[in-house]
Amino acid sequence: MQELIARAKELLADGTVARVIGWKAGDLPYNPEPAYFEKEEDFDDFVYNSFCGANLSKLMIEACKLEGKTLVCLKPCDTYSFNQLLTEHRVDRDKAYIIGVGCKGKLDIERIKKQGIKGIKSIKGAEITDDAETLTIDTLYGEKTCAFKDAMLERCHVCKGKEHKIYDEIIGESKDTKDAERFAEVEKIEAMSPEEKFAFFQKELSKCIRCNACRNACPACSCRKCVFDSTKFDSQQKANVDSFEEKMFHIIRAFHVAGRCTDCGECSRVCPQGIPLHLFNRKFIKDIDELYGEYQAGEEVVERGPLTSYTFEDAEPGIVAERG
Amino acid sequence: MSIEANEEFKPKIVAFCCNWCSYAGADLAGSSRLGYPADVKIIRVPCSCRVNPMFILRAFEKGADGVILCGCHPGDCHYSTGNFYARRRMTMLFSMLDYIGVENGRTRVEWVSAAEGVKFSTTMNEFVEKIHSLGKNVRLGDLRCRN
Repeated sequence: MQELIARAKELLADGTVARVIGWKAGDLPYNPEPAYFEKEEDFDDFVYNSFCGANLSKLMIEACKLEGKTLVCLKPCDTYSFNQLLTEHRVDRDKAYIIGVGCKGKLDIERIKKQGIKGIKSIKGAEITDDAETLTIDTLYGEKTCAFKDAMLERCHVCKGKEHKIYDEIIGESKDTKDAERFAEVEKIEAMSPEEKFAFFQKELSKCIRCNACRNACPACSCRKCVFDSTKFDSQQKANVDSFEEKMFHIIRAFHVAGRCTDCGECSRVCPQGIPLHLFNRKFIKDIDELYGEYQAGEEVVERGPLTSYTFEDAEPGIVAERG
Repeated sequence: MSIEANEEFKPKIVAFCCNWCSYAGADLAGSSRLGYPADVKIIRVPCSCRVNPMFILRAFEKGADGVILCGCHPGDCHYSTGNFYARRRMTMLFSMLDYIGVENGRTRVEWVSAAEGVKFSTTMNEFVEKIHSLGKNVRLGDLRCRN
C-alpha cells in the first residue's frame, strides 16, 4: 500500500495525473469507500486492503470528462470492466492512467458477520501485504478468528484470474483464489423443477427493497437515462406492490447487461439484502457461452458483443423447451 | 361452489406480428377463411426486433397467459437483419424465464411469411391448445391487473 501511495503522490506531483481514484478509510474498519484524491494531504486516509472490493472503473466515466488525466487503481477483475467500457466508448483511454493493483481475494463483511462475529473493533490479517490464512478479529466479546477463505466474496471463489487485462503499470502481487466452479450454482438451479425454481427466486427476490444499488454500482449499467427511472416503468423508484414487479426489474436489469456483463460481482456485493444477483447475470453468460460460443466480456476491446451480432445458423428460441 | 369454477378457461394470448411478413400472413389466413381462435390478440410491430423483452414481460404482467412472437423467416427480414437480433434476444429471454420457473410453453417464436396463411392458422391453433393445457398464468401476472 505504501508503494502505491508513494507512486500516486509522485505522479500527482509531476503533473502526469490531475487526480487519483482510490479507496479511503470508512468510519468502520471494514468499509473503505471509493474516493478522489487531489492533494498530497488527502492521502492520509488512503487505504488498500482486502475490504476494498469496490470496482472503480465506473467512476472513470465521469472522471474522463474532467480536465487532465486520472489515475485509477484497478484490480484484475476491474480491468475487464474498464475494457468493456472502452468497447462501448464510455471512457477515454488517453485520459486514464491505470495502476493495476494486486489482489489476493477480497473479503465480505457479511460472511464474517454470518459466522456470529459481532461487535467488530478491528480486523487483523486483512492488509494486502500479509498473506494471512486466518483473520484475527478483535470484537467487543473478545478475540475471534475466521478463515480468510470463508470470509471471501463469492466472486473471488470463482475468480477469472489475476491477470490485469489493461494497465500502465502494476503494483503489488496477486494470489490465485479460485476454488469453485463458476456455473455450479446456476446448474444447481437449472436442475430444479419449475416449482422449485419459482419458489427459490420468489424467496430471494421478495427481499428486494428497490434501492437500485445493483444498478448504480454496476459498471455495465452506464446509460445516462435509465429505463428504471422512467415514469412509465411500473416499479419506478419505489417498493414493489406486486411480486411480479421485482421479477421484472431483476430480469430486465440482467437483460440490459447481458453480453456486456464481465461478471465482476458488484451487484451481489452491494446488495443490502444479500440477494444473489450474480445468478441472473451468470445464467445469461452461461447461455451465451453454450449457444454463441465462449465469450468473456472485457477480455479485450472487441467490435461487437454476442447480443449485437448474429449468425445465420443461430439456435431458434425453441431450444429452451427442447433443452428441458 | 364459486361462480368462477363454472367459467370455462379462456386464455388471453398476445401475438406480436411483424408488419411485413407475419401480419400479412395473418391477413392471408383471414382471406383464405382459415380459422384461428379469437383468444389471440395481434399487435402489429414494424419488425420482430422491435419487440423489447419488456413488451413480453409487460404482456404477462397485464394478464396474458401466453405470448407469441412472429416475424419473417431468418434471411427474409424487410430490414435485412432485424429478426437475427430478435432471435438471439428472445432465446436469452425465454431461457431466463425458464430459469426463474415460468413454464417454457408460454412463450414461443415462430417465423411466418406473408404467403404462409396456413402456417399462421395452425401455429395459433397449436399455441392456444398448449396454453389451454398449461392453464392460467399465475406466476407472472400482476394481481392488480386481474379482473
